[in-house]
Amino acid sequence: MLGLNKKDTKFLLIVICLTLATPFLMQPFAEGTALAQFNGGYPDLMQRVAIFGIFAIGFNILFGLTGYLSFGHAAFLGVGSYSAVWMFKLLSMNIIPGIILAMIMSGLFALLIGYISLRRSGIYFSILTLAFAQMSYNLAYSVLTPITNGETGLQVRPTDVRLLDGANAPDYPNLFGWTMSTSYKWELGAHQFTFNVGFYVCAVIAIAAFYLSLRIFRSPFGLMLRAVKSNQQRMSYTGLNPKPYTLAAFVISGMYAGLAGGLLASMDPLAGAERMQWTVGGEVVVMTILGGAGTLLGPVLGAGAIKYLENIFSKINESVLHSWFSFLPDGLEDAVVWLFARFTGDGWHLTLGLLFMAVVIFLPGGLMEGGARIRAKFGRRGDIDETGAATKTPAE
Amino acid sequence: MDQIILQMLNGLDKGSAYALIALGLTLIFGTLGVVNFAHGALFMIGSFCAVTLQKLLNLSVVTIDPTKTDFLGNPAKIKTPYVEAWFGPEMGAAIIDWSVPLAILFAIPVMLFIGWAMERGLIKHFYKRPHADQILVTFGLAIVLQEVIKQFYGANPIPTPAPDMFKGSFDFGQMIGFEANKIIYPYWRIVYFMFSMVIVAGVFSFLRFTTFGMVVRAGMADRETVGLLGINIDKRFTIMFGVAAAVAGLAGVMYTPINSPNYHMGMDFLVLSFVVVVVGGMGSLPGAVLAGFLLGILESFASMNEIKSILPGIDQIIIYLVAIIILLTRPRGLMGKKGVMED
Amino acid sequence: MSLIKPTRRGLLKGGAYAGAALATPTFFTSQANAYTNAPSGGKVTLGFNVPQTGPYADEGGDELRAYQLAVEHLNGGGDGGMMNTFSSKALKGNGILGNKVEFVTGDTQTKSDAARASAKSMIEKDGAVMITGGSSSGVAIAVQGLCQEAGVIFMAGLTHSNDTTGKDKKANGFRHFFNGYMSAAALAPVLAKMYGTDRKAYHLTADYTWGWTQQESIAAATEAKGWETVKNVLTPLATTDFSSYVAPVLNSGADILVLNHYGGNMINSLTAAVQFGLRDKQVNGKNFEIVVPLYSRLMAKGAGENVKGIFGSTNWHWSLQDEGSKAFVKSFGTKYGFPPSQAAHTVYCQTLLYADACERAGTHNPCGVGEALEGFKFSGLGNGDVEYRADDHQCFKDVLVVKGKENPTSEFDVLEVVEVTPREQVEYAPDHPMFAGGELGKCNAG
Repeated sequence: MLGLNKKDTKFLLIVICLTLATPFLMQPFAEGTALAQFNGGYPDLMQRVAIFGIFAIGFNILFGLTGYLSFGHAAFLGVGSYSAVWMFKLLSMNIIPGIILAMIMSGLFALLIGYISLRRSGIYFSILTLAFAQMSYNLAYSVLTPITNGETGLQVRPTDVRLLDGANAPDYPNLFGWTMSTSYKWELGAHQFTFNVGFYVCAVIAIAAFYLSLRIFRSPFGLMLRAVKSNQQRMSYTGLNPKPYTLAAFVISGMYAGLAGGLLASMDPLAGAERMQWTVGGEVVVMTILGGAGTLLGPVLGAGAIKYLENIFSKINESVLHSWFSFLPDGLEDAVVWLFARFTGDGWHLTLGLLFMAVVIFLPGGLMEGGARIRAKFGRRGDIDETGAATKTPAE
Repeated sequence: MDQIILQMLNGLDKGSAYALIALGLTLIFGTLGVVNFAHGALFMIGSFCAVTLQKLLNLSVVTIDPTKTDFLGNPAKIKTPYVEAWFGPEMGAAIIDWSVPLAILFAIPVMLFIGWAMERGLIKHFYKRPHADQILVTFGLAIVLQEVIKQFYGANPIPTPAPDMFKGSFDFGQMIGFEANKIIYPYWRIVYFMFSMVIVAGVFSFLRFTTFGMVVRAGMADRETVGLLGINIDKRFTIMFGVAAAVAGLAGVMYTPINSPNYHMGMDFLVLSFVVVVVGGMGSLPGAVLAGFLLGILESFASMNEIKSILPGIDQIIIYLVAIIILLTRPRGLMGKKGVMED
Repeated sequence: MSLIKPTRRGLLKGGAYAGAALATPTFFTSQANAYTNAPSGGKVTLGFNVPQTGPYADEGGDELRAYQLAVEHLNGGGDGGMMNTFSSKALKGNGILGNKVEFVTGDTQTKSDAARASAKSMIEKDGAVMITGGSSSGVAIAVQGLCQEAGVIFMAGLTHSNDTTGKDKKANGFRHFFNGYMSAAALAPVLAKMYGTDRKAYHLTADYTWGWTQQESIAAATEAKGWETVKNVLTPLATTDFSSYVAPVLNSGADILVLNHYGGNMINSLTAAVQFGLRDKQVNGKNFEIVVPLYSRLMAKGAGENVKGIFGSTNWHWSLQDEGSKAFVKSFGTKYGFPPSQAAHTVYCQTLLYADACERAGTHNPCGVGEALEGFKFSGLGNGDVEYRADDHQCFKDVLVVKGKENPTSEFDVLEVVEVTPREQVEYAPDHPMFAGGELGKCNAG
């Protein structure tokens, strides 16, 4: 189906099911219980997981296949967001023109940066991309304020032109009248599930992005990119020029980042300069490696894990902890709460750091390797294509 | 002219910090082949050695003075540092005043130990792993280290002044024949520059003139052969890691009077120090020092009003712009060797 | 497919959407309530969105302490703090409108993106009916915009940019903190009195929105007193070593340096300026002076003794001797062991003001609450007689001019109040050019 073999079709179908069922999967606990704190099935987080999933899938096309480690992909995310918000301001609150322009602009940007940066390889390439992203960030924050609105971020205003929108058009990003913020809640006993238009838009696009990346991985082009990674010299001896292939991969992954940026702006029409900071570029690296670089599903899992941690752990404050451990005797309760409070609330960065270290040390292939190991333990053959092959040669 | 000399001095001063951090980073990369993203955190920990010593020296006996009240109207607590109680008020106050220079003595063993522990406990397991894994694990370590510091010292900068002797500034211009009040420069920044020169010279002569340094240099060039000669090169490299950590730490200690240290200052320097190392050429010690001073000076010049009026915002991007230009014209940085980190 | 007008297809879709909403199966509860996150079950949830990581984490921590104290007081615990001195007596210590006050916290990371994500999770997941907090203007403006879209009230924390209640003002957003214009208006007369009217000022300004509005305000106010602005130099936000910006000041002919910096930037630029010996020098026959328009005690502490004798302004200071301030310092200090910062004070006030407005309006509906806050006059919260102006949702109150204390008696005793500038002196017209260009819009209840 769709140019895929049977196994890949099955794989794609599983991914589709998982994505569409996210509102259930991320909301496993009943409301009102202590565990409800860990529910993540609200629109904003689900959207972010899908969007950063797209970002990481795109990043993986470059990094997982060719091994070129870019620290500058945040710049494309930012360019995508700014383009989309400008479209909302000038043309229409319909997200389609915004997303299209986001992809075009980030593609052009990626072509420029990629053309220059790909003249070098290894860490020199990484530093070049990092330098470009930091330059974009610094300029967007200060000198380019007329375009980017600097510190505050570019926002839509009721006074915007919006040439294509009629008088009755919604003043919130929408897809032909369906506003992105519309949600339906389904209460099933004590459980509550939220179905959000914006999330499903992101989910459908994420599935398409995933399908495209699957095709790229399986295509002769993907094979070329792997050749770039394993041995560029041998590749050039056979008369093939690796440059165009790498540049194409760079631009494609840049456009994925732009798409993610455009979607971020569509879900929440604000584009801040922080999106271009190198730490965001570093975050996608972390997501990809955490999930498993070079695997198809890994980056998405990594994106989900990081975003979940960021949004859920940072909200567990001391009073929440007290309510959990109130059954303990007073002195012990305080001690336990104190201990946990080091890792949650304002200590969530510490948990993040420890998690990175643990994964990198013990699971070099990321969460995907962890999954494969568990499956191997239970006597079932791991899906070598998706996890094993890449685990053997972690990307560099 | 006086402005140019002033900015030159500023550049040398900034460059001192960059050069010291980049030097340590290059030592680690050159010997062990590890890309250490936690190096900025080592710089930060060095600064906090100074903070810690200052806190230790200020440990106090608390007495209640009923004649005064605190902000709630309760009797005020009067704190007398133990050192003042032990050595008399004047001597004690002098010791506290000199806490930053004293912290050098305190920081050296601490940083050597941290470096040793880091190498034995973590980095050792990553020699054969790809650079991306090294970057990620040391980046994780950097986050953990800075968060631990934050838990102890909070997020706000902590003032750590220089000794009274070195506070304030002097007229550098007059010394070299300019009019008075044209080139005023703070004492401590000159001290910092001198200090960094001493450290750089120390590291270079250690590598050049000692047997230990010779072996290390041989190991940097060809680790396997040196190993085959029956020399335990690993142990020496571990020591070099400790030395690199100590260099970063000392750079941090002496930096505290210039900028009050806070827990994320390491991250502020991290990207910059990598740019410096890459511009200098991976693995080249002289390259790192040269690039540190070069970027420091260019950064200072870029913030001159005359230049900013021609190119607004140039001071925002100068470092990165220079890095791009140098990497495109000199593929391996200023003094890099072929084949290092290009795979 | 045309994107231009509601085409037949678009209309059909819209119709289908409306139909779907009507024909929603019973287990789907769309927004059935009159407004977003209407409290139910005798509980009301407030969202405290403060920086917990990054450079302003300590300020965020202090805000969080004040919020917890406010919640305790609202629920009838503790000594009641400023509830006892507050001129409005609508609050009874039984929560808000009889609902027990609960709260959720989140981390803004001082990034507009992260702050919005955190605020969204409070609104979407935790059902917060009001969001408050923040320690920078970028974040405040971003979250204010979000709350307007989502239909909840935003009670701004520490945000000093003119834009928050200027060109980016929103009907659902309210600011108790003062702003750049007020700082300048309060500071300029004192500066003129202390340093004379014939002064030349050199400005170093953080190169982002807040820095610019602060610089614009202080330059205008001091020029009105006869000062001359020699130069304004923009410094990148990421600067840590300000030496190359400070070095040229002495030879520029200026005899005043104005540092339009906040937080870490302020500490570092002030430290550099003092190191370069500026304050020991004489220029144009006058002593060289440094001014820091916006002071924060927490941050000033980081600059150590460099702040001594340097003038600035602040929203509130714990050494104030009115009944409200004393009550607040007492209950905060008793609970936590140190005096509160201005950030803690402003967010405590905001929480009380919100609760009080709900009581007076008899609802949590943002439109009702907004109406109750607009034009509300009150006193007893530590800033004298205060008014929430209806035109732009900015609080107008006395502003403190402070200076770094020469002989501090404790580690909290960093600033001393030089003058309490009365409210009339810092007021401005709602359409003042520095605040023009924005629109409140209509209140949104979701």
